Amino acid sequence: MSVKAYSLFRKDFHSELRTRYAVNSLVMFIIVAISVILFSIGTEKISQSLTAGLFWVVIFFSAMSGLARAFVSEEERGTTMTLHLIASPSTIYSGKLLFNLILVFMMNIVIALLYSAFFDAFIIKNFLLFVVTFILGNVGLAVSSTIIAAIIAKAGSKGTLYPVLSFPILLPLILLVVQLTLNSLDGTSFEQSVFELAMVVCYDVIMLAASYMLFDFVWKD
Amino acid sequence: MSNYSVEAISLIKVFGRRLIFNNINFTFESNGIFGIAGSNGSGKSTLVKIIAGIISPSSGKIIHKCDNEEILPEKLHNHIGFVSPYLVLYDEFTAWENLVYFSEIRGFQLNKDRVNYLLEKFLLINRKDDLVKTYSSGMKQRLKFIFALAHSPELLILDEPTSNLDSEGKEKVYTILKKEAETSIVIIASNEETDLEICASKLELEQYKKISNSRIRGEIVR
Amino acid sequence: MAWKIFLFLLLSFVSVAGIAFPIVENPIHWYQFPLIRGLEQNAKIIFFHVPTAWLTVIAFLMSTIYSVKYLKNKNLDDDAKSYAAAQLGMIFCVLATITGAVWAKFAWGSYWSWDPRQTSIFALLLIYGAWFALRSSLESEEKRATLSAVYSVIAFLTVPFFIFIMPRIMKGLHPGSADDTNAGPVVNFKMNGNMQLIFFLSLFGFTILYFWMWNIGYKSLIYKDRINKIYTRG
Repeated sequence: MSVKAYSLFRKDFHSELRTRYAVNSLVMFIIVAISVILFSIGTEKISQSLTAGLFWVVIFFSAMSGLARAFVSEEERGTTMTLHLIASPSTIYSGKLLFNLILVFMMNIVIALLYSAFFDAFIIKNFLLFVVTFILGNVGLAVSSTIIAAIIAKAGSKGTLYPVLSFPILLPLILLVVQLTLNSLDGTSFEQSVFELAMVVCYDVIMLAASYMLFDFVWKD
Repeated sequence: MSNYSVEAISLIKVFGRRLIFNNINFTFESNGIFGIAGSNGSGKSTLVKIIAGIISPSSGKIIHKCDNEEILPEKLHNHIGFVSPYLVLYDEFTAWENLVYFSEIRGFQLNKDRVNYLLEKFLLINRKDDLVKTYSSGMKQRLKFIFALAHSPELLILDEPTSNLDSEGKEKVYTILKKEAETSIVIIASNEETDLEICASKLELEQYKKISNSRIRGEIVR
Repeated sequence: MAWKIFLFLLLSFVSVAGIAFPIVENPIHWYQFPLIRGLEQNAKIIFFHVPTAWLTVIAFLMSTIYSVKYLKNKNLDDDAKSYAAAQLGMIFCVLATITGAVWAKFAWGSYWSWDPRQTSIFALLLIYGAWFALRSSLESEEKRATLSAVYSVIAFLTVPFFIFIMPRIMKGLHPGSADDTNAGPVVNFKMNGNMQLIFFLSLFGFTILYFWMWNIGYKSLIYKDRINKIYTRG
């Protein structure tokens, strides 16, 4: 199954390279979002906790901008039926999840780099904690966003509905990773953050399991 | 000769408050060409989509068996070839790339000999490395056939198979379908006389539109 | 019929008792409530706020349970039951948020201070809102039932996280709340006998009211649906 899912991912990736739909608009969105924040702040100094929060705000909205495409583009072009004819639901979900996972990581590395460059308070004192938070948080973000994207692909008014549905589901994750990012900025030790990290791992595992089980219902008409 | 069979038991489909068809039963086995006839909008496409496992019936079951063992819905896709006017292929890729990806996502390495054979048969061999975006509707239709046949399915389901084809194209398709029907089950849904002529037996969808049967009341109006 | 009269009398008594019984320093008579430090006169809101919060959680639980049943059996009646529960849950959630904010103003000085309980009820409000928004964007009733059922289950899975992580996270960020893990006084310690009685009667009465409304709600949805279907299909 994973080879088939990987092939689906490669098809999506190849398609993206050819058409550049998602990447262009996503990169522009990130630049615009960060610019808006920088302009709004002006010359004010913002605290570390605010910076940590804003970091994940930009990540959340960028995710909302780019992660629905995996399912919505298939639905809009009419190729959903084609996928139905060549793969089982779990293969579809795995392939799309892999695509969104790669997209999330690429997007968030860009955001992290831009933050380091433009935000004074974004200086990472506990680098290990930041990296672990980054990886676990991105996985959770991708998993939840993908299943919600599958749901809204079948609905009307997809664009506005996506953040509305995703936010309550992502809220526990966002609260945890903002706290963990703040910890990594102000140098809190790894040991003190173990509870939050364990919770993020739980979130990732539970959401992943639930998504796999529920995807069949979403996919089959 | 495959040991494949597809059986429909009391199929009913309703969209909201509209009845599409009521209480369809049939069994198609091993090989041959079977037709589903009905005027435009009569529900042919809906019925074939249900047979192919793309949508679910409102009530009733469709059972696919290979060697007398029932095939699970998740595993159905590799046994079926489907052609439909609603089928869309990826037009940012070439015909060849489409077929390669489909094969890999199905879980097999592309059978190059078979695909080249099909491309030649359907007169697309010279255009296999052109983007599908540049194809005419007739060429897209022929590519859909190749998509349906590339993995040698036991069940071939065709919705309006000769749409967008000229008479030469149609003849070619009939020849190929008759050949396929020697070893697999072919189901054609169409309202074209020439399409239905090659069918051994036909199901007339118009006969399944009555709701006077009190059983359906019990079933839908729970 | 008899139990409806009983329910009416019960809730009337609870409402009158809850509002009218005076709060005094040292209660002597049976109709007097003790003074609880920090709450004083505002303690009476506990008779109405806690039941609404309790019922919104019950409604959410029921909505999810019937969603799961629908996913297993594909019976649209279960979807109607889930919907009726969610409607009531939404109403109670709004009431709980408002009564909670009013209480917060008197107890802590501001309507909203991101206390764990407040944030949780707000998150529940967002979940309900999203659920209704999803339903209204889907035409086909089977798709509507299936997708909103899936979303119910996913949303339900996030609830334990709120219960566990909220107190830890919120305490660190917002040290404002007085006794921060509770939106109100612990029921057992600070209320005396008759106050506890009124409180539990209120809880009991509102719960029965909820089930009654839910019953009527889902049945009317089912009947309306069936009438529509018979009518158009002869």
